[in-house]
Amino acid sequence: MKNRKHINVKTIFSLTLVLILLSSCERELSDEAVFATFPNTAEIYTDSPVGLTDEFFRSFDPALGANPEAFGTDDNVAFEGNSSIRIDVPAPNDPNGNFVGGIFLDRGEGRNLTEYTALTFWARASITASIGLVGFGTDFEENKFAVERRNIPLSTDWRKYIVPIPDPSKLVQEKGMFVFSAGGLDIIDSEPNGNEIGFTFWMDELRFENLSTIAQLRPAIFSGEDLTEQGFTGTILPVVGLEATFNAPSGENITVLPAPRYFDFSSSDTNVAFVNELGLIEIVGEGTTTITGQLDGVLAQGSLNLEVLGSFVGAETPPVRDPGDVISIFSDAYTSVTNLNFAIFNDPNVQVQTQSFNGDQIVTYDNLGFVGLGWDGTNDVSGMTHLHVDVQLTSSTNPALTVELIDFGADNADGGGDDTGGGFVVPSSDLTEGTWVGIDIPINAFTQATGGGFSGSPNLNNIARVAFISNGSSFIIDNIYFYRE
Amino acid sequence: MNKSLNKIIGFLFVSSLCITGCGADDTQTVATFTSLVAEDNFDVDGQIDTSFWNFDIGDGSEQGIPGWGNNELQFYTDRTENVTVENGFLLITARQEDFNGAQYTSARLQTQGKIQQQYGRFEARIRLPFGKGMWPAFWLLGDDSDGNIWPQIGEIDIMENTGDAPTEIFGTVHGPGYSGANSISKTYTFQDSRVDTDFHIYGIEWGPDYINYYVDDVLYYQMTPKVLAEETNGEGEWVFNDRPFYIILNLAVGGNLPGPPNAETVFPQTMVVDYVRVYENIETNSTN
Repeated sequence: MKNRKHINVKTIFSLTLVLILLSSCERELSDEAVFATFPNTAEIYTDSPVGLTDEFFRSFDPALGANPEAFGTDDNVAFEGNSSIRIDVPAPNDPNGNFVGGIFLDRGEGRNLTEYTALTFWARASITASIGLVGFGTDFEENKFAVERRNIPLSTDWRKYIVPIPDPSKLVQEKGMFVFSAGGLDIIDSEPNGNEIGFTFWMDELRFENLSTIAQLRPAIFSGEDLTEQGFTGTILPVVGLEATFNAPSGENITVLPAPRYFDFSSSDTNVAFVNELGLIEIVGEGTTTITGQLDGVLAQGSLNLEVLGSFVGAETPPVRDPGDVISIFSDAYTSVTNLNFAIFNDPNVQVQTQSFNGDQIVTYDNLGFVGLGWDGTNDVSGMTHLHVDVQLTSSTNPALTVELIDFGADNADGGGDDTGGGFVVPSSDLTEGTWVGIDIPINAFTQATGGGFSGSPNLNNIARVAFISNGSSFIIDNIYFYRE
Repeated sequence: MNKSLNKIIGFLFVSSLCITGCGADDTQTVATFTSLVAEDNFDVDGQIDTSFWNFDIGDGSEQGIPGWGNNELQFYTDRTENVTVENGFLLITARQEDFNGAQYTSARLQTQGKIQQQYGRFEARIRLPFGKGMWPAFWLLGDDSDGNIWPQIGEIDIMENTGDAPTEIFGTVHGPGYSGANSISKTYTFQDSRVDTDFHIYGIEWGPDYINYYVDDVLYYQMTPKVLAEETNGEGEWVFNDRPFYIILNLAVGGNLPGPPNAETVFPQTMVVDYVRVYENIETNSTN
């Protein structure tokens, strides 16, 4: 038997020689360029890291709260074999950081993943919690082909998780093998407010797989909505809401968020706008164009109908005033409040977008039901005489606009029984489509009861919110500030 | 365990060994009846062969079974929007639309009085729809022209699927004492394929005292009076040696088994049929 085996090996050896000879013959005969191909290693972590960088785990920036100490391996727990990845999700008050997350990188020049259809792994947790983000393609460089799956629920038993690859043909040289991020579990109010609890989860058998049971790709741009917006020449808008939904073998739909480079975007009139590979719409001329997208040859649900009337004309620059005569919420002409949030609360249908033109930032609220602006701290505006807002109506029919103020009361906090608020109804005859209107509301004119339940005429010593209420109309807003004459 | 079942399992095991050992050319022999007696290959675009098929129309009310006996949600029509032939395939399409009081439309074709036979081999090559609420089926009902009623006439479900389980189909028999929720069923699970992206061949080979269920080259179930007796504690009556059966192809929406469609269900959905074929066993069929 041994002898025979030996002979076989010899035969194989000579066969190999022949093959080598053949291929070297081929080489001499052909001048065709040979493209570099990269290894197609499927495994990422089995009982140890496979082909990853020596550091194995690269944490998100600890300066942003990422906790690099929370990552490790566990030789006592495994789905298969004898080891798994163990993540101790920190509590919010952990001095080392309040969340855990980072990436695994290929140790070489990247892998060829074109033959796989999904990233898969098994996971279980100490309690029924969830991981905020899992995926691949994030390499802390360009993240060209990043794919994210959000909020996967974990069980206390091992379960298999799938992250479909939106279009494997793109992944000829991918370095970003895995990305994840997880924060504490909130069992009380789903608000990130410090009451979350830490937990532990384990991941094992992390690899790319060629599953032929993932199917029915349905891509989407603009989250599947058909939008109509006005744009201005010389500006850039992002294609947002990129999604790819697959049907898993379990029958469950899995939606991942792919990077723009997975899509082929097109514009029906490239003299009006075109879309680059980063998913940015560059508006170059007047007219109308429709932006659509495809993923792996499948037309994405959702589109943007872009109406371009010309270049943007800003609101009139506010007059120079003594700093003591102005409390500015949002204006490039004055020093404004810090950490302004353009939608600290809002209805589900409004589209909020900020843009800058020649150093002047504006905010657009399309299809506005209601939106509130919030910022750090509160302001005493009792010494001011007016609130000024510049408004341009951008929709056509029956506009409505109410401006509201909300005061947090002496506790300077949302709630607590001392909050007050009131609204001022802007006469709809003041609103003209495509024209900036400066509205100056006397500080004591916010007398209307609000949709949020306040009875009108708020206190003015601890103003914390300015809100806009409408009927689905669309507006551009600039220069929101209190002043005194 | 039933001896013949053991045999099947043994056979399956040997066959799968063989496939791994010597390549995919070696396939299991799942059917032996080769005498073709009827087939529809759906070769004429835009036309359903009415010498082969009848349409069942409506929501079942006219037949005295509103919701077709299962609280199904669709209204069956014979409009081309719901049933047509294109590129050599029969397309049965379920749509979400308000129609005669229903929220969905679809189609159901059957062959009663046209193509019906006792015993033999019935098979079809089909690609199924997907999504919660989809309920496609390829099945046989006993001819009731002698005045007998279901379940006495018998029902042989060659292939059923619910759209929320894209890798599973099941074969079922219904008869007196084992009908509806108490029917006897066997699930087949595709390991590396799906029902909605690939065509598969679904069939039975049926003779006196047995019904063999197969998918592609895999025999996955054998129903016999002995299995029936075991499953029903001896109560079930074998009604499959009694009468000719006819074919039904339909795509139901909602109903007791799959539950209603949900927000994620994509419409329209189409069941694509490449062919339907009926064979006879020269020995048993000729002695009928």
